[in-house]
Amino acid sequence: MSEPKFIEVQQVEMLFDTRKGRFHALTDVNLKVARGEFITLIGHSGCGKSTLLNLLAGLTRATEGVLICAGREIAGPAPERAVVFQNHSLLPWLTCFENVYLAVERVFGAREPKEKLRARTADALALVGLTHAAQKRPSEISGGMKQRVGIARALSMEPKVLLMDEPFGALDALTRAHLQDELLRIVAQTGSTVVMVTHDVDEAVLLSDRIVMMTNGPAATIGEIVDVRLPRPRERVALAHDALYNEYRTRVLEFLYHRQARPVKEAA
Amino acid sequence: MNTVVNSTSNAPAKPAARAWRGLALRAPNGRAVLLALLPPVLGLGLLVLVWQLVSASNSNFPSPLVTWDAAVKLFADPFYSNGPNDQGIGWNILASLKRVALGFGLAAAAGIPLGFLIGRSRFLAGMFNPIVSLLRPVSPLAWLPIGLLVFKAANPAAIWAIFICSIWPMIINTAVGVQRVPQDYMNVARVLNLSEWKIFTKILLPSVLPYMLTGVRLAIGTAWLVIVAAEMLTGGVGIGFWVWDEWNNLNVPHILIAIVVIGVVGLVLEQALVALARAVTYEEAGS
Repeated sequence: MSEPKFIEVQQVEMLFDTRKGRFHALTDVNLKVARGEFITLIGHSGCGKSTLLNLLAGLTRATEGVLICAGREIAGPAPERAVVFQNHSLLPWLTCFENVYLAVERVFGAREPKEKLRARTADALALVGLTHAAQKRPSEISGGMKQRVGIARALSMEPKVLLMDEPFGALDALTRAHLQDELLRIVAQTGSTVVMVTHDVDEAVLLSDRIVMMTNGPAATIGEIVDVRLPRPRERVALAHDALYNEYRTRVLEFLYHRQARPVKEAA
Repeated sequence: MNTVVNSTSNAPAKPAARAWRGLALRAPNGRAVLLALLPPVLGLGLLVLVWQLVSASNSNFPSPLVTWDAAVKLFADPFYSNGPNDQGIGWNILASLKRVALGFGLAAAAGIPLGFLIGRSRFLAGMFNPIVSLLRPVSPLAWLPIGLLVFKAANPAAIWAIFICSIWPMIINTAVGVQRVPQDYMNVARVLNLSEWKIFTKILLPSVLPYMLTGVRLAIGTAWLVIVAAEMLTGGVGIGFWVWDEWNNLNVPHILIAIVVIGVVGLVLEQALVALARAVTYEEAGS
């Protein structure tokens, strides 16, 4: 943790102009993320966690405040901040290999020969265990595999930060657990800095160094941050009986269901 | 029947194909083929029957048999040429197809890029939408005099009418396709920071292609409708003119033959484009 301010979010305000008038999504958001840290953003739907992630990605600009990554202001999307989208967003007319290659080519194409680019693509697919599916199209593989291709595409760019927007939200519980384990292994291997949006309490505790809990919108902000001091590597079955793990879990649950109980009109 | 059996035994040995073939082998598919062929055959039979009844009650109207004999004679020598006003039906069809190809090709060359621009830029969409909305409902034949005025010749005027009727569906469908490119794909492009060229070749073009081909298909249908009418007005060689000529000769069997021929050519054009569209359409990836 040599760089405690690898990512810095300062006094961010976010307003959206909607048909019903202005919507105040985020207010007074301040956050520092160290290099190599794994952060999860958790909160009820509509709390602006995805908005914050989009700001970090540069897909939207903050109404006020500054976001800094690696010493430079975030002015727009860039391959150094790779995004794994919830719905994987693979291009259906390209094979898995081509989907990843598109990203590799963009980042390294100017400097490296074709064979090197192909090797990088193959490595990224191998990292997520999909070497055998390289020539398949997204419509021919399962949801979990698609999400892994999305992760491979993001990792292949060797990003400074990996931004993940509920990457496992659409998957069944077993696949999700499997991919979480894989993500833990990959992040340990690559030392990536990760900011991940989730609404799954177990996922947050299992993966994070810190859990950033957000208050309910409108005008959501960071309510509390939990430092997860569980040793790595983490193993889900062993942790299930770990007193500390359960304490973190309870703290997040307390925050979400007592102090920030879900607004009634959104309960559906 | 024979062709069906052949196509199953030649099926590529993909797992899915193999499973299907196994199924087909277990249950002889003669019954299925019969059920698939029976309705269209009955339908055509009914048409011929109605035709026969009409011709029996009206002596001016040729019976199916008379028409068939005329067709056999006509198609025995489709490519004769006795001067510009007496040519075989083959030349007439080819002349019409050539006009359609020219007008249609020019419309594609102009309409598809224009559709891309309108789809990509809100400003251009605002500029062109009123023009398209105003001119699209106009019958292309109304443009024929303008063509005659500008080009001072019948042939380019007919091509011009084809151009005008084909361009609208191409512009509109291409523009709609561009506007419907899923935001997810555009976000990928933004996060990867792809160049405009890569965005075009890897994202826009593949996702717009199915829409574009729908436009092309609609256009070819209209173009084939319009060419017959346009040629009736402009004269020269062409299937539309041929129909009018045979009307002046009071050769009704030839008119009936022409109707069938026009239908068949239109069907073939349409099916060719459907096949092309199927070849380039991707499967939605789902979630």
